[in-house]
Amino acid sequence: MVKSAKHAAAPLVSLLLALLLAGCQRGMPPVAFHADGRPTKLSDWHVLESSDGKLELNAGVVPYDLNTRLFTDYVHKLRTVWMPKGVSAKYDAKNTFDFPVGTIISKTFYYPRAADGKYSDVARTQDYSGDFAGQGLRLASVHLVETRLLVRRKEGWTPFVYVWNAQQTEANLVRTGDVQALTLVDAQGQREDFNYVVPDEGQCVNCHEADMIGRSILPIGPKARHLNRDYDYGSGRENQLEHLVGVGYLMDMPKLADVPKAANWRDPSASLDARARAYLDINCAMCHNPNGEASVTGFSLGPDVPEDHHLGICKSPEAAGPATGGRLFDIVPGKPDESIIMNRIGSTRPGVMMPEIGRSTVDREGEALIRAWILSLKGNCDIVH
Amino acid sequence: MRKTLIAATFAVVLAGCSSQQAPAPQNASDAGFESKLQEQLLDAKPGTVIDIPAGHYHLTRGLSLRTDGVTIKGAGKDQTVLSFKGQVVGPEGLLVNANDFTIENLTIEDTKGDALKINHGKNITIHGVRTQWTGGSQTSNGPYGIYPVKTQNVLIEDSEAIGASDSGIYVGQSNNVIVRNNRAEQNVAGIEIENTVNADVYGNTATNNSGGILVFNMPDLLMEGSGTRVFKNQVIANNHDNFAANGSAVASVPAGSGVVVNSNPKVEIFDNDIADNKTANIIVSSFYSTNYASKTGVAAGYDPYPKGIFIYGNRLKGGGDSPSGLDFKTLKIAMFGIGGHFPDVLWDGYSDPKFTDKTLPPQDRICIQDVSGVVDADGPDGYKHPNTDMKPFQCTIDKLPAVTLNPEPKL
Repeated sequence: MVKSAKHAAAPLVSLLLALLLAGCQRGMPPVAFHADGRPTKLSDWHVLESSDGKLELNAGVVPYDLNTRLFTDYVHKLRTVWMPKGVSAKYDAKNTFDFPVGTIISKTFYYPRAADGKYSDVARTQDYSGDFAGQGLRLASVHLVETRLLVRRKEGWTPFVYVWNAQQTEANLVRTGDVQALTLVDAQGQREDFNYVVPDEGQCVNCHEADMIGRSILPIGPKARHLNRDYDYGSGRENQLEHLVGVGYLMDMPKLADVPKAANWRDPSASLDARARAYLDINCAMCHNPNGEASVTGFSLGPDVPEDHHLGICKSPEAAGPATGGRLFDIVPGKPDESIIMNRIGSTRPGVMMPEIGRSTVDREGEALIRAWILSLKGNCDIVH
Repeated sequence: MRKTLIAATFAVVLAGCSSQQAPAPQNASDAGFESKLQEQLLDAKPGTVIDIPAGHYHLTRGLSLRTDGVTIKGAGKDQTVLSFKGQVVGPEGLLVNANDFTIENLTIEDTKGDALKINHGKNITIHGVRTQWTGGSQTSNGPYGIYPVKTQNVLIEDSEAIGASDSGIYVGQSNNVIVRNNRAEQNVAGIEIENTVNADVYGNTATNNSGGILVFNMPDLLMEGSGTRVFKNQVIANNHDNFAANGSAVASVPAGSGVVVNSNPKVEIFDNDIADNKTANIIVSSFYSTNYASKTGVAAGYDPYPKGIFIYGNRLKGGGDSPSGLDFKTLKIAMFGIGGHFPDVLWDGYSDPKFTDKTLPPQDRICIQDVSGVVDADGPDGYKHPNTDMKPFQCTIDKLPAVTLNPEPKL
């Protein structure tokens, strides 16, 4: 039903898209899906292009955002999806949508520049409202670090990592990772030096192979609950899922009212529980799920995990070693300072910190949220003796 | 000669891709080695053998492998050393998620987290590998040295594990495992078999750990263990201070423990030399003697009691003379005097309340032979009424079958 509507609407949508995007394409060649090989430059894909002081999205490249995002050293992320003509992703209420071969998902990691304008000084801010990323990033005000691609090839999803050059004109393939010394500067001018770590290909898989038994790499963000929000496309705000259906990228979606929705962890109108669980879902559940890397711990943090030992409540650690911080249980209701999870999210030491990779700084606001949530939990973990 | 050539090659490679800042203290040769090894691991195909020549290499990033059928070979554990002392990105030294994996003849040292972790995989062979923290036994050392978890058909042999802040050799939630002819020292636990089904642990030496060889079942995991045979091992003087962080399971193992069974069914301990372990040469205990026994309860189906334990034919000597922990110290002095010692076996005294002595199925009993004695410590009543009656333990249990690896590892 939806599918046939989509096909009927396709020419119209294409025309509309062409009109909308005419101002920013400037003759970018069409997006190139490489069915094999490892293109050495980001520009080989023609998904995003740095030109005339802007990082522009090609025609058909649709930006999106998540209700609650993975924390990566306060970096901001511009996410996009592109699909070849005539194919669509299949909606799923719970899992990552089933994307067709040819899909290219991109994620560009950038920082708003700090006030002093020094290249390695970047802003510590969780506020995205001034970015207008989906309409093209203004290079004068941002520092592009890397762009990661997940490409749906016939044999499965393949990760690529491209690191931007200092001129911000091109991003080059880096397979074995990179470390860049940057300084976070907050609104009060407080500075924190840190190592921004670009992942190696193996580390891409650490998080994106959320099912160690099926052993397939999958995107993490494009799930119904994360995408169910509005986005400012420049031409007006629209629900992202409805927009994806409208451009022909998504099929079999139920009525919007029946689509699950994760909380925005910074939305004061959402409940503390919903915000905390959304934060734990996107930051932890790629490993902490019954088939994930952390399944060996028996500690899951997905959205449907019951609030008992499965969620780490009064659960002893399996393999934490020194990372316990001397604490007995993963989560002790009402007692964040007796909960191992707080020791781990408050640390930056490899082997202690959680997530295990992907950050070198502490998410202060996230830490405060989880602290408040644990304080709100009822119960205790009194030991037998 | 060979090293010079490699260094030169890497310098050339690096010139093309160096980033603006490189905060890690790593020279160009090591950086080149590291990215080459990463690429070999990324590009490996089934059947690939990655040879790592002799050398002491400094790495900054944890390595990972996801391809089935790969072999990693060093030139010997004294010759090929991967040092993670300057590790920036972690936490493991090498993380493997693959079947038909073999690693041999190299050393992995000073990782921030676990040294060698194999998470999900079948047909795993670890031969002649050393994992070590070179700064000695420290709480900040990584938890596990050699760490297969959720694996099947596993052989760990002729390897060495030194200085882990949890277990030197730790096999978790696995099935069909042989751990033989290894050496574990200066770890909190030398060798630990946890939530694992069918393991043979033999010909190993565990000395100067806090606990020598442990067979444990932890609650709230996806798999419970049973069927471990511990035989022909040397478990000598495991009296190292327990330097585990509080909260980790092994933190509740008293320093000076030889062989420890906790909450695990079907364990056979025979033909070992077990000597001079100052708390006790052998400890049999329940979930209730651990630091993680919360009143909140555990997963349904978890059995907190050790059942079907058969101890016989070991050569036991010394030990039990200076137990760790206030409860045990007090108990020892009360029962045997300041100059006395516990007999060979210490049992915490917790038994399943569902059964009286007469109704416990014979295969679920704790049977102990050929020892100097057993202390029932009376943990359930606060260690107030301990006794040394051997009678409840005079029995036999059917012996467990040997573990057979199928397929046999090819070395």
